[in-house]
Amino acid sequence: MIDLTVNGAAARVDVDPATPLLYVLRDDLHLHAAKFGCGLGQCGACTVLVDDRPVFSCLMPVGAIGTRKVTTVEGLGTAAKPGDVQRAFLHEQAAQCGYCIPGMMTRAEGLLRKTTTPTEYAMRTAMAPSLCRCGTHMRILRAVRRAAVMRGGGVVDAAEPVT
Amino acid sequence: MSGQASRRDVLGGLLVAFSFAPAALAQTGGGEGSGGPPTVAPDLPGTLAKFPDLDAWIRIAPDGRVTVFTGKVELGTGVKTAMAQLVADELDVAIERVDLITADTSLTPNEGVTAGSQTLEQSGTAVANAAANVRLLLAETAAGRWGVAATSLFTRDGAVLDGQGRRATYAELAASTSLAVRARADVPRKRLAARRLIGRPVPRVDLPAKLTGLPSYVHDMVLPGMVHARVLRGPSSGTRLTPDLAALRRQSGVAKVVQVGRFAAIVGPREWPLEQALRVANRGRWVRDAAVPALPPMPAGLLTMRRESQVIDTRRDDPAARGIRRLSARYDRPYLMHGAIGPSCAVALFEEGRLTVWTHSQGVEPLRQAIAELLAMPVDRIRCVHREGAGCYGHNGADDVAGDVALIARAMPGVPVRLQWSREQEHGWEPLGPAMLAQVDATLDASGRIVDWRHQVWSNTHSTRPTAAGDLLAGSEVVPPFTPTPPKPIPQPNGGGDRNAIPLYRFPNQTIVSHFLPDMPVRVSALRGLGAHLNIFALESFMDELAVAAGRDPVAFRLAHIDDPRAAAVIRRAADRFGWGRYRPASNRGRGFAFARYKNHGAYCAVALDVERIPDEGRLIVHRAVAAVDSGEAVNPDGIRNQVEGGIVQSLSWTAIEAAGHDGARRTDYDWSTYPILRFADAPRSVSVEVIDRPGTPFLGTGECAQGPTAAALGNALAAATGVRSRSMPLAAGSPTPV
Ligand code: FES
Ligand code: FES
Repeated sequence: MIDLTVNGAAARVDVDPATPLLYVLRDDLHLHAAKFGCGLGQCGACTVLVDDRPVFSCLMPVGAIGTRKVTTVEGLGTAAKPGDVQRAFLHEQAAQCGYCIPGMMTRAEGLLRKTTTPTEYAMRTAMAPSLCRCGTHMRILRAVRRAAVMRGGGVVDAAEPVT
Repeated sequence: MSGQASRRDVLGGLLVAFSFAPAALAQTGGGEGSGGPPTVAPDLPGTLAKFPDLDAWIRIAPDGRVTVFTGKVELGTGVKTAMAQLVADELDVAIERVDLITADTSLTPNEGVTAGSQTLEQSGTAVANAAANVRLLLAETAAGRWGVAATSLFTRDGAVLDGQGRRATYAELAASTSLAVRARADVPRKRLAARRLIGRPVPRVDLPAKLTGLPSYVHDMVLPGMVHARVLRGPSSGTRLTPDLAALRRQSGVAKVVQVGRFAAIVGPREWPLEQALRVANRGRWVRDAAVPALPPMPAGLLTMRRESQVIDTRRDDPAARGIRRLSARYDRPYLMHGAIGPSCAVALFEEGRLTVWTHSQGVEPLRQAIAELLAMPVDRIRCVHREGAGCYGHNGADDVAGDVALIARAMPGVPVRLQWSREQEHGWEPLGPAMLAQVDATLDASGRIVDWRHQVWSNTHSTRPTAAGDLLAGSEVVPPFTPTPPKPIPQPNGGGDRNAIPLYRFPNQTIVSHFLPDMPVRVSALRGLGAHLNIFALESFMDELAVAAGRDPVAFRLAHIDDPRAAAVIRRAADRFGWGRYRPASNRGRGFAFARYKNHGAYCAVALDVERIPDEGRLIVHRAVAAVDSGEAVNPDGIRNQVEGGIVQSLSWTAIEAAGHDGARRTDYDWSTYPILRFADAPRSVSVEVIDRPGTPFLGTGECAQGPTAAALGNALAAATGVRSRSMPLAAGSPTPV
């Protein structure tokens, strides 16, 4: 049995400790926001926060989490009451197919927990591990800039202003 | 998307099914974006011409909710929202009261394949006109009740009113209004001034669920008792794995090995043990099937392959025109990958002789035909239901994985099976966008005008979309195998390899030749834009080369050769917004411009780029991208901007850095480490898109209009920045040819 704290709630799962966190989230806890993209740590579709750090949940063995807190997109807010990163993404309509977006939002949340005033370069570097094939990059960056402002900060040197 | 909800009759059994065209007529061709049954009502617009009865498209439940049925699917382009806007506006109901059922062979009209940027043109036009018809019928019911003329009534927010205080809701009226009637062609759409939703940037209806983690994709489906599966395949298309199935059977977590001929899959209750078993299996030996033709060196090898040549357009308006200067150039692109972020996935259940497949295929109807043949089942015992996947950008593994899961599910009656490909399988087996080569020759006269133009393009087919079992991977693995449908060119005016090979410019003399290459050493099929990506790259690069030769500004040179006023408007708008005339080049930095009308009958799009090339690194910085687009009537301008922004970024990636490799035996790209795509660091500093709305004119479609112009604008900007023109993609690599 493995004990976890996911989105503030305690969870207990009976799985091989080597199982990547992603499968536990999706198949055992029915939290579907984190997506399978590659299983190789190359695309970021599976990104969740462990404590405040974005991690590839497809690589992270569930047995290695320990007491650290796991946050998924479900923990950022709900459709009825979206959190500020979600509101920023909705405001910018920052999605096409949307498959990469949960990973983008958790990665953005991780960045903003570290600093709400990143430079444009730091923001792009922080987002770089996540791939989007639809080419939604510009809207995703706009949404992160907007979320930074909503958190009382703002992206310094923004390539495109928040409008 | 719980299993119960998916399997329940979506309409609660309240509404009777409408009649479909006979299955035999539902057979579609291998074309792209076409298909479905024949036209039966040529006077009706869009796909209403094939399904003229209103209840095929719209039904109103006793609680007043409106259900719209479309045979087209959401691929991430926002068409669900646009269709909901059209119906809500034409019918006068709140958009929140409109539900959409997309592509379900048991419920929706057969609209063939969702492709070619034709969804709004075909299905959007149908639902908008159907909604206008339904609104009129409801008003006529109210008029009958009240003994007044329908023309004296009006509608607001889901009700008919007489202006004197009488009001009847659609819910009440629907109970005594039959929608099982043929649409009328003469019912007017809403006046432009009365529209509340069409033309507005209405937020996407599907995003709240997707952005908060509610199950939204086929990947997220969970059915009671569902098991997982992994298919066993060699490293890439054309290879075959010879796994030790007995050893796999003993592997923990593998409950069953399903083997049908040379097709094999493992099944188990949990994903992770299956992933581990798959890794063990992948260590097994693989062989290459000899049947695949040898791959000549690309791209020049395309010129050596067996070909069927056809003059697709020719004009001799001024045979006497005297040219003084002749230029020629060759342009090419490598094989490109669709590269969906989510690998292909499908779910199936075989129960009591019936099979249901949940799939992110772009064409549930042709897929159903192919699966019926694969399983030797009557087509009416198979239901294919569309569920969204990750963006596909054309024909990727979606259909194949559905065929795979159908075979597995049939071996496990009563058990729902979910099959997800691995990343390596998606990279290794998806049909690639074909490698292409184009040669353009043109002559300038003394005044710097083009008097003669010749464009030739060499390409494989751009559609091997399944219409039969042999077109699915599993179809070639069962014994005896099915044969694939022979490839054929997609005819003009859409075109496949020759899409957009015919210039929209007015040249007095021109010859356009399409060299169709039937042999496919590499598995290929439709990638967004088909041949338009390379043909527009060639055409619009060459326009710049000619402008330089003629000593003309590239934008002015284009305007001098175009007589379509909407094309000219788009070119001018993009140039204005970019500040073309005021631009000051800097060292290693330049501007580039390109224009096209997609398919010559779709959206008009012009793109201007400001690009810097970092010397020695080959890295590109796109400082600014500005586009103007005319998609006809803009149902959702923000949706159009989203598509064009995305098209620009996607095409920058394709054009600058991508090439799918093959070493003659197998593909050499099996994940994102060997097939890199554009990341945030290399995304443009800014992208802005200007939508030119043409209310009251036909929808022209948007999803693929930006890729070609972006490719050429990048080539043109790099030539301006560096003085060296690259005619071979990927433009950020390789050895450029001197201008
Ligand atoms: S799925 Fe984890 S990085 Fe791709
Ligand atoms: S929105 Fe489709 S992959 Fe990013």
